[in-house]
Amino acid sequence: MNKTMPPEFYQLLEEIQAVDFVLVELTLYLDTHPDDYEAIQQFNHYAKQSKTLKKQYEKSYGPLKQYGASYSTYPWSWDDTPWPWQV
Amino acid sequence: MWYYEKKLQYPVKVSSCNPRLAKYLIEQYGGADGELAAALRYLNQRYTIPDKVIGLLTDIGTEEFAHLEMIATMVYKLTKDATPEMMKEAGLAPHYANHDKALFYHNAAGVPWTATYIQAKGDPIADLYEDIAAEEKARATYQWIINLSDDPDLNDGLKYLREREVVHSQRFREAVEILKEERDKQIYF
Repeated sequence: MNKTMPPEFYQLLEEIQAVDFVLVELTLYLDTHPDDYEAIQQFNHYAKQSKTLKKQYEKSYGPLKQYGASYSTYPWSWDDTPWPWQV
Repeated sequence: MWYYEKKLQYPVKVSSCNPRLAKYLIEQYGGADGELAAALRYLNQRYTIPDKVIGLLTDIGTEEFAHLEMIATMVYKLTKDATPEMMKEAGLAPHYANHDKALFYHNAAGVPWTATYIQAKGDPIADLYEDIAAEEKARATYQWIINLSDDPDLNDGLKYLREREVVHSQRFREAVEILKEERDKQIYF
């Protein structure tokens, strides 16, 4: 059930988690500070970085999202392990 | 609608199989101030809250589901290699008898989750004060679990979740101020 992934997998995943954490934090902050221009610049900067990292991740390890928010490999690999609790 | 993303919000590690810690931790899964209650509380309140704070309730409610998945991962990892004997020693025999090692929405004492844990008063200030209180209670619960835990890897994840409660509480306090400003504007103009 718990397959071992290469070290690069964990490294890239953690990078994505770090960037996405910045985005979660900025989202909540902007919900109550909608006029903070600098924060919005930061938000857009990290949004772009997140997209770049996820593209790289999905190329090697398959889709992060479904319902069409990620492109599919052939064959369909959404079901491939590890699921997040198996990492 | 929602999109699922196949990753945890923050890495979850545990040092060893420890069903006793899982027993305590399930409080944050199906307890009164747990992550399920939090997600459902905020996402339900947002339909009738003033427009200025709908985004905040939506985003915090969504983050709570990511936290629910982290708690589930912790419980799963703490129990997956446990023998029935270990479950029994940890006080989880009643859980095991009913669920094997499946997770279930109940608190540390085995009481199933109930909608009475959450409030929706329709009064925006009453609802937001409820949310601030819920975040502070969740923060305290994380602290009590950290105090009971001797697993440094688990505690790393728990400390992250504890800090998120602090941030959520802060954002809800700001939302109260935003609504007060709006209310005062209407009186004078």
